[in-house]
This record gives sequence, C-alpha cells and structure tokens, in this order.
Amino acid sequence: MALLRTTSPHLHGPQTTQHVMQQLLLATVPGLIALSWHFGWGSLINIVIASCTALACEATIVSLRKRPAWFYLRDCSALVTAVLIGLALPPLAPWWVVVVATTFAIVIAKHLYGGMGYNPFNPAMVGYVVVLVSFPVEMTTWPVAQSMLPDGLSTPGLWESIQVVFQFSGSAVDSYSSAYHSIDAYTAATPLDSFKHNNGLLAEQFYDQDAWFVGGRWAGAGWEWVNLGFLTGGCYLLYQRIFTWHAPVAMLSALSIMAWLNFDGGSSVSNGSASMHLLSGATMLGAFFIVTDPVTSAVSHTGRLIYGALIGVLIFVIRAWGNYPDAVAFAVLLMNFAAPFIDYYTLPRTYGHEKYGLGKKASTSQQSLDKD
Amino acid sequence: MNKTWDIPGGIHPPENKLQSLKQGIAEVPLPDILILPLNQHIGAPAMPVVKPGDTVLKGQLVAEPNGFVSAAVHAPSSGAIEAIEDRAIPHPSAMDASCIVIRTDGEDRWVDLHPNRDYRALTIRQLLNLVRDAGITGMGGAGFPSAVKLQPRQSIGTLIINATECEPYITADDGLIRERADEIVIGIDILAQILGNPQQILIGIENNKPEAYTALVNACESAAKNGAITSSIEVVSFATKYPSGGEKQLIQILTGQEVPSGKLPAELGIVCHNIGTVYAVFRAVYLGEPLISRITTVTGNSCTKPGNYEVLLGTPTNHLLGTAGFDEVLCQRLIMGGPMMGYTLNDLNAPVIKSTNCLLAADIVESPAGNPAQACIRCGHCSEVCPASLLPQQLYWYAKARDYDQLANHHLADCIECGACSYVCPSEIPLVQYYRAAKGEIRLIEQEVIVSDRARQRFEYHQERLTKAEQDRTAKREARREEARKKAAELAKNNSESSSADESDVNVDSEVIQAALARVSATKNSPEQELKRLERAVTAAENRLAKAEEKLRQCPDDDSRKKVLEAAVAQTRLRHDDAVNKLSRFKIADIASEQTQSANASAKLADDPTDKDQLASDRASLAIKNAQLKAARQADMSELEKLQNQHDSLQKRVEKARNRLEQAISDNDDNIDAYRVAVEKLDIKLNNSETAIANFVPDDRTSDTLHIEDSEQHN
Repeated sequence: MALLRTTSPHLHGPQTTQHVMQQLLLATVPGLIALSWHFGWGSLINIVIASCTALACEATIVSLRKRPAWFYLRDCSALVTAVLIGLALPPLAPWWVVVVATTFAIVIAKHLYGGMGYNPFNPAMVGYVVVLVSFPVEMTTWPVAQSMLPDGLSTPGLWESIQVVFQFSGSAVDSYSSAYHSIDAYTAATPLDSFKHNNGLLAEQFYDQDAWFVGGRWAGAGWEWVNLGFLTGGCYLLYQRIFTWHAPVAMLSALSIMAWLNFDGGSSVSNGSASMHLLSGATMLGAFFIVTDPVTSAVSHTGRLIYGALIGVLIFVIRAWGNYPDAVAFAVLLMNFAAPFIDYYTLPRTYGHEKYGLGKKASTSQQSLDKD
Repeated sequence: MNKTWDIPGGIHPPENKLQSLKQGIAEVPLPDILILPLNQHIGAPAMPVVKPGDTVLKGQLVAEPNGFVSAAVHAPSSGAIEAIEDRAIPHPSAMDASCIVIRTDGEDRWVDLHPNRDYRALTIRQLLNLVRDAGITGMGGAGFPSAVKLQPRQSIGTLIINATECEPYITADDGLIRERADEIVIGIDILAQILGNPQQILIGIENNKPEAYTALVNACESAAKNGAITSSIEVVSFATKYPSGGEKQLIQILTGQEVPSGKLPAELGIVCHNIGTVYAVFRAVYLGEPLISRITTVTGNSCTKPGNYEVLLGTPTNHLLGTAGFDEVLCQRLIMGGPMMGYTLNDLNAPVIKSTNCLLAADIVESPAGNPAQACIRCGHCSEVCPASLLPQQLYWYAKARDYDQLANHHLADCIECGACSYVCPSEIPLVQYYRAAKGEIRLIEQEVIVSDRARQRFEYHQERLTKAEQDRTAKREARREEARKKAAELAKNNSESSSADESDVNVDSEVIQAALARVSATKNSPEQELKRLERAVTAAENRLAKAEEKLRQCPDDDSRKKVLEAAVAQTRLRHDDAVNKLSRFKIADIASEQTQSANASAKLADDPTDKDQLASDRASLAIKNAQLKAARQADMSELEKLQNQHDSLQKRVEKARNRLEQAISDNDDNIDAYRVAVEKLDIKLNNSETAIANFVPDDRTSDTLHIEDSEQHN
C-alpha cells in the first residue's frame, strides 16, 4: 500500500499565487477601459507588446537558469509586470520603448536579482524609470483625451494606432500624423506637467484656460476617470483580500495631507489641490498596483503603513518641488530601498512577548557577541 | 455569559465534522492483540513490570512510570503477554519502539477495582496518586502526563477545561460531551479539588458545537442543584476559528492574558486540561479504572462508517479502521490526529495510543498531493493568520538561509506549528516543515554548544591545575634554595666564631651537603620507597640467580649451551651481589641517621631546622642528614682513625674486586679486562692509603679531604 507520508498540515486553502496574479490582472480592467475610452487603443497595444516581450524574456531566462519554464510562466507574475508597464507608459509610445522597458524589467530588475520573490525593486517601476530617463521625449508625449479633440477628430483607430506605434512609413500614416500634428492637438504634456508650468496664472485662471481642465472635472480630462478606474480595481482587490488596506490607504492619506498642507488656495505657484493629486497621474495605479507589490514592500502592518505613507510624501515632494511632473515610480523605488530597514524596526509583537523593539534586538545580538 | 477576547490571525478551513457525528459513540470488537507502546506520552518511557508469558487482567499495571515526567501503562483487556519488543508506533518519525504485546483471551476479566465515589474524603495527595497511577496523560494530542500538570508550584486561580476541538474533522470531544457530560462535570470537580478549588473554572467551547454546549450547561446546572459538585463552572462559547484550541490561544480567548514566552500557564495561575483528560480523571478516581480506552474519531472519505468509537488503547489501527468500513484503495493518506497538526501513518499495525483523538483516512479529494512549492512573494497572508503574531515569511527566509540568530530574533521558538501559515500560503510552501527543521537544527546546535562549553571548561580547569602545580613546585624549590642559603650563611657565621681549625671542616660539610642534595634531586624516591625498591631488587636478583643455577644444574654436561648458562649464572650473581651491597649501604646510612638523631651529635646540627621531625620524611633533608652524619662522624674521629677506616674499607673492596676477577677468569667472562682494571685501580688506592697512614702528620688535612672525596665517589 502506498500511503502518502507528509508533514502537517494536510489541508491547503484555495489561494494560489496564480490566483492572486489573475485577480490583479482582472482588477486592472476598469482602469484599462477608462484609458482606452479617453486615449484610444494605445494602452491596449502597449499591454500586448509588453506581455509578449515579458513572456518571451521570462521563458528565456528561466530556461537559461535550467528551470521548468511553464511552471514559472504559469504563475502570471511576468504578465502582471507587463500589464503594469503597458498601463504606465504613454499610449501610442513607439514599440521599442515598450520592449526596452519590459525587457529591462524582467531580465535585469527581476531575474538578475534571483527571480520571482527575490527582486528588491519593483520590476515594472524599474522598467518605467529606465525608459523615462532614457527617452524623455517619447515618455512625456501623451495623447490628448478624446473630449479635448476638436470636432470632427477622434482618437486614432486600432489599425492607425498600430501603424503609429510601429512607425510604419506609409502615406496614410504620414498624412494622418501630420493632420494631427498640424493642429498640435494630437499630443500634449500631461495635466500635472501643464499645471506645473502654468505660466504664472492663478490656479483658477489656469483651470479656465487649460484644455485638460476645461474638459475635466477635478484633475484633467480623462485622467480623473482613469484614476477612478484603478481605484475601483483596487477596491475589488481589497474586497478579495489580495492585500491589506495598510499601504494604499497610508499612501493616499499622506499624499492628501501633504497636498492639503501645501495648498495655498490656488495662487500662481500653487502645488495643486488634494483632489488633483489624488486623481491625476499614476496615483491610483501606484497606490493599488505598485505600492501593494508584496515582494518589494515592508512586511508587517505597521511597516506597510510607514512604507505607504512615505511613498505618499515622496510623491508630493517630487511633484511639487522636483523636476519630474509625476513621481510614483521614483517614490516607490526610493522606498523599495528602505523596506528592509522599515522591516527591521517594525516587527510585530509576538504572543507572550512584552514588546519588540530595537533594545531587545540589540541585547540579543550583544549576547551572541558575548558568547563568541 | 463570560467576556471573551479575540486572538490574532486564525483560519477557517472546512470543518467536516458532521460526518462523524451521525451516530453516537460506538463500540469496537475486542482485537486479537493489543500493542502498548511504552512511550505514549511526553517524558521517559514506562518500565515494563511484566514479562512475556505472564497472564494479565484488564486494568492490570503492565509498565510503571519511570521518573516524575512519565506515565504508567495498563492492560486494556485480559490475556497473555506475547512479547515485549519493538513494533511500529504512531509517531511522526515512523520509527519502531518498544511495546508490550498482549494476546487477548476474549474474557475481558477486570482486576479488582477500588472506586472512590466519595472522592471529597480523599486528600489531594491521594487524588494525585490515583490520577498518576491510572497513567493519565493529556488526551488532546500532546500527551503530557496529567499528574505533573496538576501539581504546579504556583497557586491556581483559574482552571480551564479545553473543549474547543478546533481542528477540522475531529469530534471525539464533541461526542464525548454529548453523551457523558455528567461524568465530565464530576471529573472537573475532582480536578478543582486537586488544584485547591480555584476561584474560576471555565470550559471553553467553540460555537460550532451547540449540542455539546447545551449538554455541558445542563449538566453543570443539575450537578450544582443536587449538590453533586461544590465548584461553580462556567461554560464559555466563542467564535469558531482555528487554532482557538491551542492552550495559549484558549487562555488568551478566555482570560485576555498571554502566557509569557518560555513560561507555563501556571505562572499566570492558570491550568488548562483537555475535556477528554477530565473524563479519564473521572474514571480513574470515581470508578477506579485506569486509562485503558479512549474516544477516537474515525473519519474521512475512505471510511463508509465514520464516527466516534470507544477504543481500547493498543488496538491496531487496521482493526479500528475495519470497524469503520475502511477502504484501503481509496485512502490517499492516513492521518493520526487532525488534518492541521496530525501526522501520517504508513503502517496499519501501529496501535491507537492515549493521545489518538482522530484517525483520518483521507481520499484524494480531501487531501490531494501538494503542488511543488513556488517562490515566496511575501504576500503576508501567513503573518495575517499567524495566531502568535509572527512573521512566517521572514522566518521562512531565515530558516532557508540557516540564519539562527535572526530566527531567534523573530521568535521561532514561539511558533506553535499550527499550520495556519502553510494552509494559506498561495505558493504552497511547506512553511511549518521549514520551522520544524530549523527548530531541530537549533536544538542540535544548542546541545553542541553545551558539550563544547563543557569540554572547554574542563580544558581550562586542567590548564589551571597544571599552572598551579607548577607554581607550587617553583615555590618549594625557592624555599629549599632559600633554606640552603640561610644555612650556609649560618654555618659561615658559626665558623667565623669558632676556631680557624674548624674552618675547613665546615667547608667539607657544606660541600658534602651540596653533593648529597644534587644526588637526591636526581633520584626522586623517598627513603622508604628507596629501601623497598632495593629490597625488591635483591629479592628479584635472588630469584633470578636461583633460576639460573637451577637451569645450569639441569643442563647435561656435554651440552653446548652449558657455557652460556654458566656465564649467565655468573652475571646474575654479580648483579645479586651488587643489589645486596646497595641495600646494605642504604641500611647503614639509615641506621646511622637514626643514631645521629638520638645522639644529637653536634651543636651545629642541633640548630639545623632540617632535623625537626616534621621534615624527617623529606627526601632532601634526609639526604642532607646522611651527608652531615658522615661528615660529623669523620669530624669526630681522629685523623689517623679516619685514614684507618678508609684503609679497611679499601682493603675490603680490593678483596671483593679480586674475587670477582677470579670468578670472571674461571667463568671466562667477557668483562675480565674491566675487572682487572678495577682491581689495579683499587690496589693503587690502597697503596696510597697505606702511604698516607705511614706518613701521617696530624695537620695534613688536604690529603685527608682528597681521600674522603675519592672514597665517596667510588661508593
């Protein structure tokens, strides 16, 4: 008789890593719909290119490391990275920008550090930052929202978008592009960027003049809906208990508090209101899909509160006083550095122990030194 | 209703309890053999008090506890002891261990029982002994001897009865409570009496057992009403969550207190007992029956008749499973205990033991073979469900890295191995397995540290001893040197006071003493030892001589070996003579020293501290005495007499040497030449001596001294 001999526990819950990743992918759908609705097919094309690149890179590297490729591809973690990159990059960005970002994310940021679970930095954000500092022109060119286009024009169709992304030379594309460019309405700086360089206008005046804000309600046309989409997805994940509320709530709260404290009522050098900060840029994508990345964040609840809050503070600091219009990627990467340090000081109090602090730790290591 | 507290973490796995509660507690037919492991508990294995071939009655003691933390074993049915040997036992290690095997006779005859219906008349000591003699151990799974837990050093304010049964599938306690709540209440009353009537008695039970809860409440009420019990018992129901039934967790739920790490609940004035144990105590005290059976849940999809069975300890699992309609083909894994903390069995002959609360014969649907573990993504689900508020994912990293310092910092020791972390891990990492392995390694390391510490201490003490001995020796040597110096100075002082004629005499003395000291330090034996050694040498030489002569006698005249033997005899004789000489010289010296002591020959010597009795055993002082004695003797003699003496001794020696030479010549010895040279030398000396006597002038001391030294050397 072949009775299985294993150690306890002999039961396993329904949760699997694959399931977690699939839930994440599912939760990006509202945001993706909002992006596509307002900015066209670009994001979807980004995602497809990024996914193919990511799966190819993952399979190659895993094979090179002599591990079963399917076993690792199955967990969908590479796909999540790809989708996040696809969502973060500007729609209609040239295909090679997407490929470079994804390749760098999977090969360098993930596998060079040991693969799944071992990477100290969020791969999607590493990939994003690499192309952001390498190709600033492509990265700061964002298509305008559908609602901002003059009458008679709409966001490019699927085939046109593919042609733009892959930069096919052809009369149709050229004429199409030139038609857009000629009216200078096809692309623009993002709302955050525009607000930052508001040419000395009062916030109120700027809102009245800038196309983004004319077409938008709180934080720029399209953008606010994209952010609300990601917020919806995030709430779904919270409901599914994929992650805890600590890091995203802390991040959003810290960002709001910083914005509120620094808001001067809308002068010409205003840093923007809390609602604008919450609903523009990559705030919600960052809060629910990047900051919650368990591999690169702090582990305890207290740790995650601190980790999220500091990211929120950093986002505001970089947005308000830094050179870049958006700051989620930099803030997250900076706090990735700090995560082990936060972990060190935020161990939870174990059952039967007075408390867990540095003093206790120091004394223990002192004892072990004494023993030596 | 009592307030309850929540515990951190916890999980809600499918309960699967209903299938084993369809029927009441069922009987199991008497098995042919009963296998009783000697170690069914935590602590030292019991000592068998029967031998193979003995017949035993039901309830008879077959193994007695071996030490304080140990438990007795009794025969669960009457029969004959078939063997005491290693058999498969239910244990995670799947190893064999010593068991008493009883072949039952089917009669099930009891020993004489001594019920104590009026248990209140008994003393605490008597009650404790009853519990201990009945071999009761914790029935919840750990199997710690209950009597030990019932005699805490601290006074107990709260007695907690654990009826939580939080593991899925298990309903043994539930079934027991439903049918025997009244007996349990009496058992609780007995425990309360043993523990000095604690103020608070709580029964903790999860709210997924409403029937059991009601049964307990009713039993407590009626018992209190009719005066059957004196203690007031509260039944506390709380939300179902695994692992509320852990001792530490239950204490937290019921009292809000945490047992300090590394301490026992008794430090908080709390004692916790399983409800099955309480029932065993009832039987042991009230009915006088030792622990020979228990309620075990047999369940799982591989059993057609799942349920609770009252089973004799030692019943082989295949017998019990057979009763429950076990299908071997369906069974994927057979688990003893619950699915969360139980261990798998791979031998169906392993018996049911005191801590077997459940046998789970799971099919492939209930317990599919696990998938290969994926990488940890630090999702933190494990730390959310950890009832001890640990960080399982960090522990996992450190366990993998064998970073034992960090494991200690992250309180690995506080892990209760409940398995909640492994249950929720989306990457299906066998976390608990890592912790068990790390704990084992840490235990090994700790033991090694103890052993190496001990070795180091031993080595250090050894070094210390050696250093101390060396220092002592140096100090003694210094003291002796100091003494000699002092004496020399004293002698010099005395000399300068006495006449100039004595001066050279003193010189001679001191020189002789120095020479004696040098020789003494060369030979380390005390005079007594020396004497014995010499005597032994003489005896040995005599023996050898006798043997050699005997051989020579037996040897036929024409034998070629005769010459060799003769030579051997001669040599042996020489050695014998030598030994005899040495002995006699030593004896003379010894006797002389004795005489000197009594005579107290000279004033100089009387001042000498070395003369004192307490130093008589000192080798150096004795040698000094000897040398001084000779010197004194010579000093007392007239010069002519001295010369005469020397002359006489020389003559003797020359005679002896001649004899030896003659013998050597007759024996055709190889050493003839050496003997001849010796005789010639002695002849010259004898002549010198004669000349000296002839030319004797009283003042001529120089030649005298020379002669003395010469003779000393030759001695």
